[in-house]
Amino acid sequence: MPAIEILGLEKTYLVGFWRKRPKCALSPLHLTVEDGEIFGFLGPNGAGKTTTLKLLMGLVFPTSGSARLLSRDWTDPEVKAQIGFLPEQPYFYDHLTAHELLNYYAQLSGVAAKERSRRVESTLQRVGLHDVKGVQLRKFSKGMLQRVGIAQAILHDPKLIFFDEPMSGLDPMGRREVRDLMEQLKHEGRTVFFSTHILSDAEALCDRVAIIHKGELRGIGAVADLTSSVQSKVEVIWRGSQVPASIKALGAECHVTGDTVRAIVDETQQDAAIDALRRERMHLIAITPVRTSLEAYFVEKLRRAETMAGTTV
Amino acid sequence: MKARVVHIASNTFREAVRDRVLYNLIAFAVLLSGAAILVGQISIEIEKLVVINLGLTAVSLFGIVIAIFIGIGLVSKEIEKRTLYTVLSRPVRRWEFIVGKFFGLAGTLVVNTFFMAIGVFAALFYVSHKFVRADALILVALYFIILEFLIICSLALLFSSFSSPLLSAVFAFSLFVIGSFAEDLRGFAGMAHGFTRWLVTGAAYLVPNFSAFNVVSSIAHEQPVAGQLIWHNTLYALCYAAMALSAAVLIFEHRNLK
Repeated sequence: MPAIEILGLEKTYLVGFWRKRPKCALSPLHLTVEDGEIFGFLGPNGAGKTTTLKLLMGLVFPTSGSARLLSRDWTDPEVKAQIGFLPEQPYFYDHLTAHELLNYYAQLSGVAAKERSRRVESTLQRVGLHDVKGVQLRKFSKGMLQRVGIAQAILHDPKLIFFDEPMSGLDPMGRREVRDLMEQLKHEGRTVFFSTHILSDAEALCDRVAIIHKGELRGIGAVADLTSSVQSKVEVIWRGSQVPASIKALGAECHVTGDTVRAIVDETQQDAAIDALRRERMHLIAITPVRTSLEAYFVEKLRRAETMAGTTV
Repeated sequence: MKARVVHIASNTFREAVRDRVLYNLIAFAVLLSGAAILVGQISIEIEKLVVINLGLTAVSLFGIVIAIFIGIGLVSKEIEKRTLYTVLSRPVRRWEFIVGKFFGLAGTLVVNTFFMAIGVFAALFYVSHKFVRADALILVALYFIILEFLIICSLALLFSSFSSPLLSAVFAFSLFVIGSFAEDLRGFAGMAHGFTRWLVTGAAYLVPNFSAFNVVSSIAHEQPVAGQLIWHNTLYALCYAAMALSAAVLIFEHRNLK
């Protein structure tokens, strides 16, 4: 059962003071996220990630399209009782303490009075803020506020959780803790949809990812499937201090270190590279496949998008 | 639904208290006690009149300033600071948010007025050393002042739902000033002709008629207030505030929170 079904959501803003002109923030987006998945929504800044999340949360209204969350219409206010949301760089009522804020959000989410206190306490414990629960939020650091943000998103035991840049403002230890938390949420059977531009986080966590750029979906799938679609490369290492012209002609990326040369070539050029080295009587040390990272896929997708935009213009 | 409105209202009230809004009571107390001592020394026979006039006018002005300066930021500040995102991503309807904010601010003003009313009666006791039956009329004036606050709160919220805090303050304060002369505006409309008459009459009935709520002077002279006026003002204030709130909800329901 899909947890999220985005059915052609589109958002165009009118910009300008006197002469309004349309600016597309999100082209019609079609996306399905299965129940229990950790789904990464990737893209550079300004790609349309936050707009998509705001549309799903009902904070902005779409120009066209619709969506279904947990098999219900996304505009149904009651569906929100089962949804958690962490906005990007969250800001909270700083006159409240962490405990008061979570209690307030629990009230708004309809958590029963007798269960509220226990839920607030356990959530504070879970995000590591129990010791500062009586401190007003105006005294919190950016990282602590991010933890508060995560706490309010998971407080009411939601089935579906949206995180907008959850690692933002966190130190390496904090990022690690958030990653662990997201994995725990998955093991508890919840669906996690998170936007990020930190690709290593997405690669480590996600079952599937989607890449969005300039409001358009550029790719979607499991990380392994996406990276395998990129032209595979091999690393060829031999003894020597010079790069033969025949290797350079293959378009190889070469690095000389002492008496060793490393060249990265396309997998399809592997045999040609070996033949070239034999002809030059070089001593081959190793041939190793290069693992394509999500970053490589991401960069290639964006480069291709830029190239296509250039040719269109 | 009702519970969510109450929770939003109590959070708004708590925010106002923690932002030291009620500190205005100190300024009010200093002003009133200073005035009472001064009046006691220089006035003959009219001490009570001066204290009632000064006290009730101060209650009204302090409250109006608070209503405008908190009211104008109730929605726009939440959008600007993005605190609204984590509220509206919960099962909270946008109208519940607006209505909750309204009751929170109105509650703050009622509590504030309650403490200021104690100050007015204390100053009155200081200058006249006793209470008489006619002093109960002060409660009617205070009630009318609270009704005025309801209208101002709803207008400040209305402007806050689509405008910047600065413009909202200008709009709300202008309406308060114009509304204080609404009776004169209506009189002027009666003298005008043609299109001007139509225009001024429309404007005169559109702005809140605050002049009908100003009974301070007659109460200071111990003149009774007609029961009909109490009903009329109550109904007028509730209808006006409800309409302004409905407009605020209507605008806010369609607003994109960028």
